[in-house]
This record gives sequence, structure tokens and C-alpha cells, in this order.
Amino acid sequence: MRFLAGGTTLLDLMKLNVETPARLVDINRLPFAKVEATPDGGLRIGATVRNSDLAYHPTVRRDYLVLSEAILAGASAQLRNMATTAGNLLQRTRCMYFRDTAMPCNKREPGSGCPAITGSNRTLAVLGTSESCIATNPSDMNVALAALEATVHVQGTKGTRAVPIGEFHLLPGQTPERETVLEPGDLVTHVTLPPPVAGSKQLYLKLRDRASYEFALAAAAVVLTVASGRVTRARVALGGVGTKPWRSPEAEAALVGQPAEAASFRRAAEAALRDARPQSENAFKIELAKRCLAHALHTATQS
Amino acid sequence: MATSSIGRDTPRVDGPLKVSGKAQYASDFHFPGMLYAVPVAATIANGRVTAIDAALAIRMPGVRAVFHRANVGKIFRSTFGPGFQGVTDERRPPFEDDVVRYYGQYVALAVADTFEAAKAAADAVRVTYAREEPNVATELAADDEADVVTTSFGPRDRRQSQRGDADAAFAAAPVKLDQVYVTPAETHNPIELHTTTAVWEGSTLTLYEGSQAVFNHRGVLAQMFGLPVENVRVVTRFLGSGFGGKLWPWTHSSLAAAAARQLGRPVQLVVSRKMMFQTVGHRARTQQRVRLGATAEGKLLSLQHDYVYHRSMLDAHHEDCGEATSFQYSVPNLRVTFGRAKRHVGSACDMRGPGAVPGLYATEAAMNELAAQLRIDPLRLRVMNEPKIDEGLGIPFSSRHQLECFELGAQKFGWSRRTPGVGSMTRDGLTLGWGMAGAAWIAARFPAEASVQLHDDGSARVACGTQDIGTGMYTILAQLASEKTGVPLGKVEVALGDTSLPAGPISGGSMATGSVVPAVFAAGDEAIGALLGVATASPGSPFEGRRLEDLAFADGRVFVKADGAAGGVPFADVLRRANLRMVRGHGKSEATFDDPKPRFSTHSFGCHFVQPGGERHGRGPHHQSARRAEPDRGRGRDGDRHGAAGAHLVRSRDRRADQQQSGRLRGGGERGRAADRGAFPRLPRQGDQRARGPGDRRDRAGRHRRRHHRRGASRDGRARAGAAGEDRAAARVT
Repeated sequence: MRFLAGGTTLLDLMKLNVETPARLVDINRLPFAKVEATPDGGLRIGATVRNSDLAYHPTVRRDYLVLSEAILAGASAQLRNMATTAGNLLQRTRCMYFRDTAMPCNKREPGSGCPAITGSNRTLAVLGTSESCIATNPSDMNVALAALEATVHVQGTKGTRAVPIGEFHLLPGQTPERETVLEPGDLVTHVTLPPPVAGSKQLYLKLRDRASYEFALAAAAVVLTVASGRVTRARVALGGVGTKPWRSPEAEAALVGQPAEAASFRRAAEAALRDARPQSENAFKIELAKRCLAHALHTATQS
Repeated sequence: MATSSIGRDTPRVDGPLKVSGKAQYASDFHFPGMLYAVPVAATIANGRVTAIDAALAIRMPGVRAVFHRANVGKIFRSTFGPGFQGVTDERRPPFEDDVVRYYGQYVALAVADTFEAAKAAADAVRVTYAREEPNVATELAADDEADVVTTSFGPRDRRQSQRGDADAAFAAAPVKLDQVYVTPAETHNPIELHTTTAVWEGSTLTLYEGSQAVFNHRGVLAQMFGLPVENVRVVTRFLGSGFGGKLWPWTHSSLAAAAARQLGRPVQLVVSRKMMFQTVGHRARTQQRVRLGATAEGKLLSLQHDYVYHRSMLDAHHEDCGEATSFQYSVPNLRVTFGRAKRHVGSACDMRGPGAVPGLYATEAAMNELAAQLRIDPLRLRVMNEPKIDEGLGIPFSSRHQLECFELGAQKFGWSRRTPGVGSMTRDGLTLGWGMAGAAWIAARFPAEASVQLHDDGSARVACGTQDIGTGMYTILAQLASEKTGVPLGKVEVALGDTSLPAGPISGGSMATGSVVPAVFAAGDEAIGALLGVATASPGSPFEGRRLEDLAFADGRVFVKADGAAGGVPFADVLRRANLRMVRGHGKSEATFDDPKPRFSTHSFGCHFVQPGGERHGRGPHHQSARRAEPDRGRGRDGDRHGAAGAHLVRSRDRRADQQQSGRLRGGGERGRAADRGAFPRLPRQGDQRARGPGDRRDRAGRHRRRHHRRGASRDGRARAGAAGEDRAAARVT
């Protein structure tokens, strides 16, 4: 059974026989399409809010610009008009072996093997990989949500629960078929954002093979507060390089208290990628991600 | 004289049909009882099919058949015919043997009442293979072959062109360049999926195709089904483009026809987007060694261009990278050779400027690298080596305005402001690189026939069995007929894309328009001649008894020459008084393509001026952007597909757009122009400061607008320039 919202991932994968649900449940008529302020000054985003509506929502444009930028950096206008918040959260990898049923894939058929590790892996992950899977989480939105410290709200068979975005996606480990903490019957109802950080500088920078309609080779979402030339608060997440949306506490720790200047940014980037492990074709991504993050930090603090 | 539509902005006559969805592409043809076919594609690149289990598929609801080698029926091979009558790149009929030679090769075909059922059935077919290691190595070395080899277009000498002693001259040259250039395999994937809708009536076969060459398609398919050509009709009313991929028939066409024959029902087969990367051709990967020898001043002494391209295991598409090499520059010693390397890939084919585009990339890049080595302006190097005649064939050019083209391009681009040092040009935090190249493409005509009818209601019809690949052939034919007959565009009916019409040219090589013009004009002349005959011979005609040579036709009216056009009669009146619905004329023009003994070398010429820009990173020395960061760029399979890493950082931008944006590169134009007109001397670095970006503060919104722009659709970043007449920028072909 699968819930059907925008269908931009699910129907695509069904056509490839990668997803073969016996039953689809259309959730588009559930009352999940609203963006509302929360009592604490944050934002509540319904599960079926379309990516376009979210990206252009005035509150998002004003207070959570990194989220708007991330969404608009992804896919195409047509896809964003259909794709939803919850669907984007659950977006599946673009690893070509996952998407081709003629190929083995531990994520699709547990235990069948991972040909990507010895095969075509130029676009795949360098952070959070395992011997079972090196697939990249392709979402842009998730990277911004990680930097914004969003919370995912789930309705399950035993009630509701709130999952911090950092705990929502799972590392592949030996079970790459399990991508999130969702259990059968769980339904994402909405996502909440904490109140905006006054005076924060936000930026999403995405690097890719072509300038639109392409997934990230490396991306960075940064939310920074700078006072008297020093970074006082930093939230950093990377996209395109991790098996999940990659929040980097290492980079954040390297930034806080440091002068907002190139040397600090480079050190933060080095820290973020310290544990990166290259595959045969994607070693370039490590340096690319470092430059991406350093450049994002530089650009954000120039404003 | 009514205003001619030629040379004016003219709305496409087929525009309303397209925007209203009434234009019928190959998959828009539907027939009672029509079935849908979906191929099963091999999931190995080399090996044998050992078993096909269709038991589950055939039991699925709505499924009519699963075809494979054992039950598809006879499909013959085809061979070359005269002209374009038997050209195909994948000669092996589908299912001919159990060998799989490329990934995606069709091994079975499911046919069902609906597309969905056929797709599900195809997915349910279980194919077992004996897999062998495929050879898909990207490093290309020429296979050991005879000097003269057979290609899709017939025999070709691998020693393509030779003059002087290229080896000796290279060895003795004071300045040498020896480089290898690689271009990756490239696939065309036009919006309209390749489609065949096959309908049999007795022993006649009609194919609704996406074809850039309906007559050749007819010739090939007639052979494959053992039919006289008159029993086969191929119809292509509209094409969602093809870029060369739809020039020659692919295996899905004969598969659809075979399935329709076996089941006695019309069958439609739409090739999926995924399959279009596998079974309908691509531009071959090329590996080209270019050796240039020159004097210290830059005069070329020797040019060697030895290229290798990959081909499929059975087929022989010729990627003619040496097409322009022998004539583009003046050089006394030259050798062009080619070799081929078999790989387990689908057949290559003619893609968008086949041969010349990758070939010119290599030779023009070599010229630029030689210029850098010589420390002279790359434009000046080209001017120094401009040929007076086609030195490959030893005959004059029909015209060659390459120098004017360079001059105009340089003026428009502001080339004189270029500074040669790497990293010496910057703007807006971008490090710029300015480069240029020349270009050439064959200019020739294919044989063409056309008919023109004049009707008693004042309308006209023009018919030609060519295709409209999307570039406007409907409108062009209407314009030509209107020009000739004086019938307004809105009253000209155009018929094309059908082998039941007069034989038209292929839509390829950028030659279709040039080919049809003389045929349509000749047909118009013949129709007008017939009309004047009617005018003099019909009882009651105002011109009855006049001598033919006394009459003239202009702007839709017949008149006595001596009286002038004002006293004329509309041609519709002449026809009505004679109780004729129409007069018809037929016209024909001859080929200049592949002329074995040409008197002139006929080509178009062009040039490119480009400005890529890359961002600086951090402090320290300038990084050559992200390209350096990826060691495998261009080597691996994947590298081919995805190109430069961090291409976002290595942006090409249209310089004119930049000028509008910043206004910073303006100025100095007059001086630059005057300088360009001479021998293209280099000016001092006057443009550098001007080229620097405004370092002022900007508001937040401005920053985001700018950033958004940079992330936006990448532009080609080319300023194209073409001199007058035929010397338009070349490489826009199929």
C-alpha cells in the first residue's frame, strides 16, 4: 500500500516497476494543504502543500528563504506544481541501479547486491554510505528543512508523533530498504518549522551538471547569524553528497565564534567533509562540496 | 504586384493545427481494431537469448501475442538502392538471430488491446540469457580493416584525403602540435517519440511514421517485407523533430509491420523515452588525433587528422569527422584518415551535423592550441591560413565568405578587446575566457519533385513528398507556391510527408528547402503554362485564339502582354469558363549532392565566438573552477553523459545579454571595429578594467535576482555570425 499525493516520484517509479503497490490511497482530499502560523511563531506546513505554493508563500519568502530557494532549485515548474511536502520528504534516490529492475539493488531487493559501488557512481553519495548502499538522497527541500531544524509530524496506527528531521531519515547501514522511521500505516500529516531566527542570513546553493532540471552534485543550505563580524549561530546542511539530508554539526561547531571570513568558511567545509568516503567516480564531489559550502557561507554573509 | 511573403516574418501556416492539437503525428493515427505493441529490450549488452518465457504474459487480459524469433514471421534484410532507397543504419532485421549485441536490443514484442496491457505483458516476459562480457571500452583504436570499407552509405576509402607529404613536413616543422580530442557518444531525444502505426490491406502496407525520409523508408520496408515499392506507403504528416535520428528506419518499424501482418490488425508501436537512448541511434563516440606543423609565424605546413569512431558490432554508420578538414585551411601537406572500432552498442547514425561537428571541434580546437603555442591571436592564425581554393579537391569555391564572417563576428563580439593571458579577463567576480572557431557545412541539393495545382475557386495546392521536421516546410512550400502563382498564403493548400506525393527530399543535411525551391517553381511554371494553354484554346475565353506567346501570367492574373497586367483576368475565371476544376504542373530539380565531378566546392561557412565564465574560489591563486576537481571528466561512461562537473560554475553566457545586463562591456566599439577590419591585431588590455564588475553594494533583492539569473537556464553563450547569402552559421543540420 502506498499513499498517493503529487505522484511525481511514486507514479514515475511505478512505470519503471520499481514501486509495485497493490493498493494506492489518494490522500489529496485530506485537509493537509494549508500553510499556517503556529502559536509559538513557527510555521506549520501541511503534507499535501504543493512545493510551488510553499516556495512562493509570503511567510516562507520572508522568514525561511533557504527553504524557498531550495525548492525552486529542484525539478521543474510542472513537477513543483504537483509535488508535495510529504512526497518530497519521501523522495527516493536517483541511483540508476535502483531505478532499473534489470539490475541488482539492495535498496530495491534486499540482499541482491550493490552494483553502484563498482559501477557508475559519479552522482552518488560520499557521506553516510555503507557497504550495502551508496545512494544519494536527491531532495533539495530536505536539505533546507534540515538546516531549519524542522519537525515531521506522523499519524500512525497507535497515535501521532513528532520526529525531528535529523532523525526522520535513516542511514542505509545493512538495511538500505528502510529509508525513514515510518512504519507501515504511518502517514506524514505536516511539518513544523521553529520560529525564524531574527537577523539570520540564509542561502541555498546548488551545483549541478546543468543549470536547471537536474539533481545536485553538491548543495548547501546555510542559516547563519553574524554579530560584530563573528558567527554567533550556524545551521548547515549539505545535499547531493549524503545518503540522507546531511546536517553538519561539525561545520556548525567550526563556525560558531569564528570571524565570518573565508578561512573560517573553508575550515567549516573541511570539517563537514572530514568523514567523506569517495567511490571510484565521485571523489570530485568531496572538493566540490567543500567549495560549495564555503561559497554559500561567503555569499550568505556578504548580504 | 502583391506583397511577397518571402523574406518577411510569416506565421506558420500549420501553426493553428499544432496549437489546437489537430496536427497528426504518427501516434495520433488510430484505426478500428488497432492493437498496441511494446518491445521487450535486452538487459545484457553481449550474449545470447537462451529462453523466452511468455507463458505468464500471454495469459494476461487483453494480450494478443508475444512475438519473438520463432513466431514473428519472415522479415528480410534490405540493401542499398539508388539514391535514398535503401539506407538504414541497423541492417539486421529484428529477431533475426538469438544474439544480443547491445543493451536494449529488442528480443520480443508484446501486443495487446491497449498500450497498458501491452506494457504490462512486455514487463512480464521472462528472458534468459547466456551473458558474455561486452566490449564497451571508451578508448578507441582502429580495428584492423582494409583501406576501403563498406559503410551505411556505401564504400569509403579510409585514406580520406591526402596531399604532399604530411609526415615529412610535420617532422621538419619548426612548431608542432600533436593532440587527441575526444567527443562522447551523444543521443538525440526529440520530443516526439519514434512511432510506427502499421496498417495492412491485403498485400499493401501503409506505415504512419515519424520519418525524416518517407521515400527511403518505403524503399527499405518494401525490401524487408518482400513487396513491390508501390505496395508500400509511408506517411509522415508532422514530425516532432528528429535531429537525424528519424532519417533512416529503425527496427521498431519492421516489428510493428510484422506484428500487424501476423495478427491481421493495425498495430501501433511507440518507442519509449528510455528505449530512445538505445535503439534509435546516437552520434558515435570519436577519438581524433590532430597534428599541426607550422612556421614560427603561424603558416601551416602540415595537417594530419586521424580519427576513430565507434560502431556497433554489425553496422557501419560513417561518422565523417574529416568532412571539412581538407578544405578549411591552406596547407600544402595534409592527410586525413579514419578507422572504426566495434563496440557492443546500438548503431550510431547521423546526428545533427554528422561528422563535421565533432570533426571541426577537433581541428578548430587544435588551431586554437597552436595559436596559444605561437602566442598569436587565434583569429589571426586563421586569417593567415585562409585558402584561395578548395585544396582538397583542387577546385574553386562557389563562394567562400569565411573572412567576412570572421570579421563580422569579431566586430559583434568585440574580439579586439580580448586579452590572451589565462585569467586576465574578469567581470562581476567571474574569470572570463574568450574563444572562437570557424565552421563549415556542405551546401548541396537533393533531387526533388513537386506539383502545383491552380483551382477554379482561386486557390492553389502544392504537393511534395518531403517532410516538415519542424523547421517550417509547410510554410515554405506555401510561400513558394504563393510567390509563383499570386495566390495568397491562406488559399494555398500544402501536402507533404506522403510517398503518394511527388518524390521529395529527405529532411536532412540542411538541404531540404534548397532542394524543393527549384522543383516547386518549375511545377508552378508548368501549371501556369497549362493555364495559358487553356486560356487560348477554350471557347468563350477572353483570350480565345490568342497566340500563347502573347499571354503572360502575374500575380494570379492572365493578361495580354501588350495590354499589361491591369487588363488581365483572374485565373479562376479562366478555369471556370473552361469548366475546369484545375490545371496542374509537375516540376523536378536535380541533385548536386554527391556529385562525383563537381566544378565548384560548395559549402557554407560560419564562426563561433564564445565567452565562458568561471567563479573564483576563496582567496589564493585562481582555481580553474570545478573542472579541475574531477579527475575522470570525459573519460568514464558516466562522465560522457554528464559532462563537466560543476558546470554551474563554468557557465557560458551570451555576451550580448551580459552587455544589456551590466552595460560594462560597451564602449570602445568603434575603435574595436576599425581594428577588427584590419589584420585583427590585438589591442592592449584596455578592456580589462572596463570588464571588471561593479563592486558596489547591492540590496538583498538585487542579489537574489542576480543569483537567480545565474542559476537559470544555461545559455549556449554563442554569438553566431554569418556573412551574407549562403554563408550562414553552418552546423545546423538534421
